[in-house]
Amino acid sequence: MAEQNDILEEHISSEYKYGFSSDIETETAPPGLSEDIVRFISAKKNEPEWMLEYRLKAYRHWKTMEEPRYWAHLQYPEINFQNIIYYAAPKQKPELKDLSEVDPELLATFEKLGISLEEQKRLTGVQSNIAIDAVIDSVSVKTTFKEVLAEKGIVFCSFSEAVQEHPELIKKYMGSVVPYTDNFYAALNAAVFSDGSFCYIPKGVRCPMELSTYFRINTSGTGQFERTLIVADEHSYVSYLEGCTAPMRDENQLHAAVVEIVSHKNAEVKYSTVQNWYPGDKNGKGGIYNFVTKRGICLEENSKISWTQVETGSSITWKYPSVILKGDNSVGEFYSVAVTNNYQQADTGTKMTHIGKNTRSTIISKGISAGHSNNSYRGLVRINKGAKNARNFSQCDSLLMGPLCGAHTFPYIEIKDKSAVVEHEATTSKIGEDQIFYCKQRGIDTEKAIRLIVNGYCKEVFNQLPMEFAVEAQKLLAVSLEGSVG
Amino acid sequence: MLSIKNLRAGIEGKEIIKGFNLEVKAGEVHAIMGPNGSGKSTLSNILAGREDYLVSSGEVSFNGKDLLDMSPEDRAREGLFLAFQYPIEIPGVSNINFLKTAINEIRAYKGLGPMEAKDFLKLIKEKQALVELQGSLAGRSVNEGFSGGEKKRNEIFQMAVLEPTLAILDETDSGLDIDALRIVANGVNKLRSADRSFIVITHYQRLLDYIVPDFVHVLYDGVIVKSGTKELALELEEKGYDWIKKEVVEA
Repeated sequence: MAEQNDILEEHISSEYKYGFSSDIETETAPPGLSEDIVRFISAKKNEPEWMLEYRLKAYRHWKTMEEPRYWAHLQYPEINFQNIIYYAAPKQKPELKDLSEVDPELLATFEKLGISLEEQKRLTGVQSNIAIDAVIDSVSVKTTFKEVLAEKGIVFCSFSEAVQEHPELIKKYMGSVVPYTDNFYAALNAAVFSDGSFCYIPKGVRCPMELSTYFRINTSGTGQFERTLIVADEHSYVSYLEGCTAPMRDENQLHAAVVEIVSHKNAEVKYSTVQNWYPGDKNGKGGIYNFVTKRGICLEENSKISWTQVETGSSITWKYPSVILKGDNSVGEFYSVAVTNNYQQADTGTKMTHIGKNTRSTIISKGISAGHSNNSYRGLVRINKGAKNARNFSQCDSLLMGPLCGAHTFPYIEIKDKSAVVEHEATTSKIGEDQIFYCKQRGIDTEKAIRLIVNGYCKEVFNQLPMEFAVEAQKLLAVSLEGSVG
Repeated sequence: MLSIKNLRAGIEGKEIIKGFNLEVKAGEVHAIMGPNGSGKSTLSNILAGREDYLVSSGEVSFNGKDLLDMSPEDRAREGLFLAFQYPIEIPGVSNINFLKTAINEIRAYKGLGPMEAKDFLKLIKEKQALVELQGSLAGRSVNEGFSGGEKKRNEIFQMAVLEPTLAILDETDSGLDIDALRIVANGVNKLRSADRSFIVITHYQRLLDYIVPDFVHVLYDGVIVKSGTKELALELEEKGYDWIKKEVVEA
């Protein structure tokens, strides 16, 4: 912890440091959505017929749906879906042989973001490293460590590549957890998604490194619609990280992603997100609308899925990473820190659906609200009939900083089996003047005191993150809350 | 070390300290006693720099510097330590991390780099023994789930680690059983030195059996009405505060 704090100290700056935009040559589709655009995207990606058919079915279904607006605790102007650019890709030569063929401006962008693709490449083979799939605007630009992973039979590549190279896996699993009929944005995503990451861990393999996808929206006026699909076959394990940033722009940009996880018998998937989309400025202008569907299924017995998220960015966040506990003895976990400052709004939580016997779920949610922001936890624990001896523990804490912000908790519990044990705890607290004064009396100034107190409050969640991400998360938290008290 | 002259101060428009004077020299232990509501805790809050309290007049000089002009954190960095009457809980922040942050902040103020991890751990071990604090307590969150006695011991432990030049103990004896009282007092006694001073604020003479003061002052209605040596504390214990109140009224 102490070490993490040292690193933290070095990284304090109150500005959104990822707010630059890069001058990368891009190829974009005209704004608006139609069957032609869907066909255009599919053609651009040289997709097989079945993929196009899937997209078109999703598009036609989407047209019959209404934008969901009034259920979440959020307020935002109407979105004109015909104004959005649905496809933007960095221009590059097809079939890159090596990094020297990549647009240098693109490489510079990733350097700036702290992802050195070259470095990653050079370090190939070192076990503790992270394999990265980088998605800029709509397209995956580079996946590192592919060869090393392939030796173990692990598939880690862009979604487009998987469509070409592993159609049988994509056909089997895509839409199996989040069908395009699931909701408005899931349908939209299925119609227009342009890329994302795919990961398959074969039977009995423990993935030797963290797999990571780095998402970046660069082009103005575009939406980002990526899809992630992770399949952990029997007795396998993978830890997956996701990071997101965007340039500072006055406009609101839409990010509507779909993440699906399938965990087979005795398999475990750990999915960690540090979400740092541009949150808008101090007056609430600009920022990303982050409307995301994330769901995993514990398909067979003894499987496990664990979501950990640190949400500091986005102007509006609407996100409920969920687990369907179908296999007996399966385990679902959700650990979340959601920070809102200025005029940010977040409505986030999880859904745990218990179907199998002896299934267990844990929900730890830590909300922090500052400025004029509103932060809501919304969660559902559903125990189906026949889910004998299911257990859930939920803890939802809210921390308020200042008098103008709001914290809300909407827990829903549906129990259809009498043998279930469900516990729910909730607290709301204000960051104490007493706590700050206590720190000051020991020589620690206000900003550092707040950081210390907030990091302490989030500890249970940070403990779930891989080390590098935990440090990153603490830095982010400090930056997000800079100047919010006193 | 500390010189307080004609201090007048209060909270929310109500004057509580009404012309307070005190001289504390290096190495001295001063006990301040007094009945409830006499201004004891207000005094410690003002010296520590709590923002809610307002000083209307007077001077406080600490090691030659204007104390009232300093932020609370700078007062701490200059060597002033307050052992809280009600120590605050900080969930999720380990004692160790808290103290390391504090030490390094104080060091940075003095132009020193962060303390080496090895040296820090050695220091912690050594000081823990001083207040008979279990090793596990240092790793637990600051005061969270501590018993009353553990909280007070933790205050003395922090004091031992931070090595202040002036320590103010605000009713450190309240809520302590006799064993804990002995441990806390032993800790304080071991920290007494020629260049470290103490202000011990207490209701009861009991604590002063263990921490023997050089001077005893009686605070009543915001001013010191009587000063003496440790015998004064015994007299107070025997007769209560009423006779002092009477004296004040008659004067």
